[in-house]
Amino acid sequence: MRIEDFDLALSPLPGAAPVWHGDVDAAAWRQVCQQVHDKGGRLVALWGSDRRELRRGFVVHAALVIRSGLVWLTLSADHEAYPGIDDIFPVASRMQRALGDLLGIYPHNPQDARPWLRHSAWPADQYPLRKDFDGSTVHPATAQDYPFVTVEGDGVHEIAVGPVHAGTIEPGHFRFSVIGEKILRLEPRLGYTHKGVEKLFEAMTLESGARLAGRISGDSTVAYAWAYAMAAESAVDRTPPERALWLRALLLERERLANHLGDLGALGNDAGLAFGLAQFSCLKEDLLRSNAALFGHRYLMDSIVPGGVISDLDESGGARLMAELDVLDQAVSRLHNIYDDHAGLQDRFIGAGRVAPELAVGLGLCGLAGRASAQAWDLRAQFPAVPYDRLDVQMATHRNGDVAARVTVRFDEVNEAIRLCRLILKGLPSGAIFTALPKAPDNAIGVGWVEGWRGEVFVALETGADNRIRRLHPHDPSWQNWPLIEHAVMGNIVPDFPLINKSFNLSYSGHDL
Amino acid sequence: MISSIFSQLFQTLLIVVLAPLLLGWVNQCRAWLQNKRGAGVLQPYRVLHKLFHKDAVLADNASSLFRTAPYIQFACMVLVASIVPMVATDLPFAAAADVIALVGLFALARLFAALAAMDIGTAFGSMGARREMLVASLAEPALLMILFTPALIAHSTSLTTIVEALAHREFVLYPSLAFAAVAFAMVALAENARIPVDNPATHLELTMIHEAMILEYSARHLALIEWASAIKLSNYSAIGIALFLPWGIASAGDWNAVPLALAVLFVKLLLGGAGLALLETLSAKLRIFRAPEFLGTAFLLAVLGMLMLEL
Repeated sequence: MRIEDFDLALSPLPGAAPVWHGDVDAAAWRQVCQQVHDKGGRLVALWGSDRRELRRGFVVHAALVIRSGLVWLTLSADHEAYPGIDDIFPVASRMQRALGDLLGIYPHNPQDARPWLRHSAWPADQYPLRKDFDGSTVHPATAQDYPFVTVEGDGVHEIAVGPVHAGTIEPGHFRFSVIGEKILRLEPRLGYTHKGVEKLFEAMTLESGARLAGRISGDSTVAYAWAYAMAAESAVDRTPPERALWLRALLLERERLANHLGDLGALGNDAGLAFGLAQFSCLKEDLLRSNAALFGHRYLMDSIVPGGVISDLDESGGARLMAELDVLDQAVSRLHNIYDDHAGLQDRFIGAGRVAPELAVGLGLCGLAGRASAQAWDLRAQFPAVPYDRLDVQMATHRNGDVAARVTVRFDEVNEAIRLCRLILKGLPSGAIFTALPKAPDNAIGVGWVEGWRGEVFVALETGADNRIRRLHPHDPSWQNWPLIEHAVMGNIVPDFPLINKSFNLSYSGHDL
Repeated sequence: MISSIFSQLFQTLLIVVLAPLLLGWVNQCRAWLQNKRGAGVLQPYRVLHKLFHKDAVLADNASSLFRTAPYIQFACMVLVASIVPMVATDLPFAAAADVIALVGLFALARLFAALAAMDIGTAFGSMGARREMLVASLAEPALLMILFTPALIAHSTSLTTIVEALAHREFVLYPSLAFAAVAFAMVALAENARIPVDNPATHLELTMIHEAMILEYSARHLALIEWASAIKLSNYSAIGIALFLPWGIASAGDWNAVPLALAVLFVKLLLGGAGLALLETLSAKLRIFRAPEFLGTAFLLAVLGMLMLEL
């Protein structure tokens, strides 16, 4: 479906991402969502903002993706309520629950009315994202009774795991209902890393917000920093120098490489093959050290700022990266053969945690995990911004949707990222790497939309007065994919859960905000 | 008589004291094979030292069973160590227990480990216990079958007699012993919670078998369990060597042969430990419901070995 198909007043936003924005009424809100859903589109994000100071009350936003690009709808939530869309897009359910926790506006007929991000750090009648919320008050933590869905039956029992785990990993609680070793149902409880990121942005200017944006989810710092910068550039209608955009793509692909290499090693290790972890960790470490030497930070934090990038790459740096890519290319193809030929490893990977394409499309699986279940969405290939429009990105997809498919897609994307890095290094245009942005107009909006290694990172920005951020909503693809893990593990056995979970490797921090 | 008692004490102490060294050697080899420097062969001793100097933390609802289980497990492994001939076949204790009692001692230790794991009522404890029992129910019959093959050759179920018979007879090739040896290696991997059945190095609580049972232990209790695990690994190595590679072991009363026997044993353990590390590095962990197939194969091989002996 294309943008012309809508009977709506939509205006295109300036900037690198193809985005149209429009205000809708309650009837059109649900109608457009239904239309998009029926034509194979997806819900990217659902969030809300407090516009009472503009005399507009509370509003709820939805970002939908169609063939032309992204449609951003805004609806006034009169009487602190709005028509929910979780019956159209099941993935909206948790976003609606989070919206209730943070802003106090609720859907008319929610399918699930439990809190989601609010544990007990603030009372149920206070809403952090309202402008009159006093963030300096510390509320005494109270015990919270969270009703998990229970499974009844002969021999069914529960295993509660986390939020503190035996390894040093992010916190999340997983409630398994099992019979023997077989998983009947998994219900995760997230929100343990809620840090009030969205509230923090409200005290920041467009410049100072860049550092926080790069810290929303550490493993995707480049993707978030770029999406943030893209949103800021869209709000002030400026394009950074071309060289800066090419360098950003180089950083993004290096972030993708680092994460895929780390995950491929960890997946081997979780199946008991420590050899894989050792080998891939070496490759990842070499990459990170080059990052530190050439761009000033191992994980490339704060390399991207609104207006450009902060560090340039000289001739010798480019030659060094090129030489390293050759070494990496060879090593990865050797390890790929070892993984493919290892009977024990393949026995663990194949068939584990399967998400069938029909389920994936119904629940809106996206990003890397989506591509492994035949959901062919990749912004770099479908909506290529500079420089991807010159690089002809080849999307990696698979139909099987099991752990093996997600491993294969990772290997394919590593190879593609190596190819892209080479093309970028060869085609890097000369010129400046930074252009100062003018002060943002009051009450402007902007969108950033970047294909990070995990999936599409989306940032929606509303500016206030004096170049300040009035509201910024960062959205991680983990929101879409967490519910799919519950389906992926059903019918699998308990000891396969860590492997399946790792094959998705979703963000807690980016989700809990 | 005095020399027998001395021989007995010497061998038992040897296993108990040097068991962590064997574990350290295996871990060191694993580290080398993964291009890592490793913590050194003495690391298990440092861990034990650390654990013995900590204050024990017990769950509020832990019964005396939970507290005594580590001592029982440790005692069982020391008892096994005192009936397996390593350096010399001169073991007065060995007469008190044959190979069937040996399997029983392993089972007793495991029984208490599983009971203690369920005692505190955590999900992980009972999960580990039931998995351990799944593995054990298949490994124990296989182990008995394996032990029967050499027992039939030597016409005795006493370990010292078997070893004496196997080590000091004219060189004869027994294909059935080869079958039994392969089966024994498979059972030993499963029983000692090694890859491919269990992963001793994992931090993923949901995949654990042995580790899940002992998650709630700390300090001296944990130290005893870790030490008992190390002794168990040494015991299995000693049984394997005694049954399938007995050459070089000293006969009763032959004190001159002891230094050579010690050196030979040392080399065998060195190679065995390196071999275990290599095997673990090359293999992935089996999906847990493949473990019955794995142990079923071991049982089949053991039975084949025994049948072949009768042909």
